[in-house]
Amino acid sequence: MITVKLFATFREGRGKEQVFDEQVLRTPRDICTELNIPPDSVGILLINGFHAAFDDELKDGDLVSLFPPLAGG
Amino acid sequence: MNTTYNLKRLRVNLTDRTWKVEPIDLDEAKKYIGGRGLATKWLYDAGCATVDPLSPENLLIFANGPLTGTNSPTAGRYMVITKQPINNKIGSANSGGTWGARLKYAGYDAIIFEGKADAPVRLFIDDDHVEILDASDLWGKKSTECNDILRDIHGEKSNSLYIGPAGEQLSMLSCVMNDTDRAAGRGGVGAVMGSKNLKAITVKASRNIVDAYDKEAMKAAFKRSLDLFKENGVTSTGLPTYGTAVLVNIINGIGALPTKNWQEAHFPEAEQISGEELAEKYLVRRGHCHRCTIGCGRVIEREGREVGGPEYEPLWAYGSNCGVSDLPSINEANFQCNEYGLDAIGTPTTIAAAMELWQRGYIKPEENKDLPPLKWGNGEAIVEWTKAMGEGKNELAKLMAQGSAILCDHYDAPQYSMSSKRMDMPAYDARAIQGIGLNYATSNRGGCHVRGYTISPEVLGLPVQSDRTETSGKAELVKLFQDLTAAIDSLGVCLFSSFALGAAEYATLFNAATGSSLSPEEFLEAGERIYNLERLFNKDAGMEQAEDSMPDRVLKEPIPSGPSAGMVSKLDEMLPEYYAVRGWVDGFPTKETLERLLIASEVTN
Repeated sequence: MITVKLFATFREGRGKEQVFDEQVLRTPRDICTELNIPPDSVGILLINGFHAAFDDELKDGDLVSLFPPLAGG
Repeated sequence: MNTTYNLKRLRVNLTDRTWKVEPIDLDEAKKYIGGRGLATKWLYDAGCATVDPLSPENLLIFANGPLTGTNSPTAGRYMVITKQPINNKIGSANSGGTWGARLKYAGYDAIIFEGKADAPVRLFIDDDHVEILDASDLWGKKSTECNDILRDIHGEKSNSLYIGPAGEQLSMLSCVMNDTDRAAGRGGVGAVMGSKNLKAITVKASRNIVDAYDKEAMKAAFKRSLDLFKENGVTSTGLPTYGTAVLVNIINGIGALPTKNWQEAHFPEAEQISGEELAEKYLVRRGHCHRCTIGCGRVIEREGREVGGPEYEPLWAYGSNCGVSDLPSINEANFQCNEYGLDAIGTPTTIAAAMELWQRGYIKPEENKDLPPLKWGNGEAIVEWTKAMGEGKNELAKLMAQGSAILCDHYDAPQYSMSSKRMDMPAYDARAIQGIGLNYATSNRGGCHVRGYTISPEVLGLPVQSDRTETSGKAELVKLFQDLTAAIDSLGVCLFSSFALGAAEYATLFNAATGSSLSPEEFLEAGERIYNLERLFNKDAGMEQAEDSMPDRVLKEPIPSGPSAGMVSKLDEMLPEYYAVRGWVDGFPTKETLERLLIASEVTN
């Protein structure tokens, strides 16, 4: 099972958290497609707290975090 | 020939209560850009590196940049430049709001204060009319009341800056406040103002426009900048919607949110103090500085009045760093910081240090019998201790108002002060993000994120992603960000503009405004010149190379849990390389470096 955490505007209509089966959605790109989030609208993609790529292979227990372009100071 | 410089500065002698207008040399202004750079040059030339920061001999300079008050996006910034008391280093604090632009419109690029008044005074400027007025009635007033009184006296079109009770009491955590909730926030610059018995500066102006050298080129550069702001997801949507507070979940997500005075780096209750939570439950509207299209400020309601809400730094410092997940308490503590004119980073980080001293038995319960226990997670404590520090309510509160370094020294436990050069480090754990640690350690004013905000590439992926765990390449990255920031601060625009703009856009704006012809590389080199001059100031002030460091907790104690578990800062791997790329030996510029930057003939040693 993969847990997907969504932040900021990505929560609109999707909630804060969703879970998926890694056998069905194998990469962050698959998750983005499922959630109707264009990859180029993602500012930060983390897998288990580390920056990752959209085609990285997911495994059971992974935590995927998706943020739109954000910054602060 | 018009430029966006006024080429005039006001010099006020508070000892004999006199003032005069002095010319500013255009070539020198261009060489140091303005604001941060030019005022640092004046402070250095005046020999202030060797004076007591709270003595009449120290200068207190308020300085605009050449873009302050122009139509350039975010161009509402001013700098406070002085020798700062928290660590006897270069004081270099930046603020937004509208005050800086108003000073430009009144006809001045800067005000230099010297001496000390024998009783509380304030300065009033209305174009050419300048008055030093009695401020006895204002002494002791907090920010909102002070701002209201001055606005009632001088009208809606006036803007004031002032110190709160913290500055009057010479707290090392005291700020200069303006427009109620904007702060030139760190290093104790408010105490320098308090030491001179100067309460406030109010400015009115009959114009609200600045003429550029090349109006057509300025207009084109302005349009280009605005287009880039609109195209950029951060400046068009991210910052306007959530403000800086949105970082709480991001930084916690990578395991770099210092928690309980940096004992941990991951806060399970982060969601409760996040930007999303703030926006959903408390945000009334966005707050804008002068002519800013971003509007990252958070406006919330308190007792029927709109007040400034917390930004990311106080959300972290009062929140996870004190183990507090109660957002209303953080909102109130942040408000009290602004009211007393306290640093909204250094105040809560000192409370966090006190909580650790309490945890470990250094601070005894009998030392705070009148106030809530300094226990992790105590929302009442962060509010009441902030007020107590602002008031100097008891001996412990007075001690805490001098910052974590002095507090922890008092208990013979300096290891619990999470500071660099005795100024507390901000909201990004340097063990989990290597470049920001190198920036903290080499920051000229002490532990500070906005000297070189490598969080952009290392976490936010802007402009390109840099691996936060790697040390390779971080020396060049930190130098680039520190130099660019020095130049941006000197221009008088907000650092947040750099999420959309680069050196090329800044150079174009600067050239059109001032009649210069800098390439992007020369613009960056001007920033490097400023950074080196600040380092020379620190050298004269007695700084030693060993001060380019961080606490042992960051260098030796691995993060215990969360995504970044096991990490420590590898500063020792990066620092020699940093000195090499800077052209420094043992922490200071070589003669060759100073000659390359055209400042060799101007230095005193």
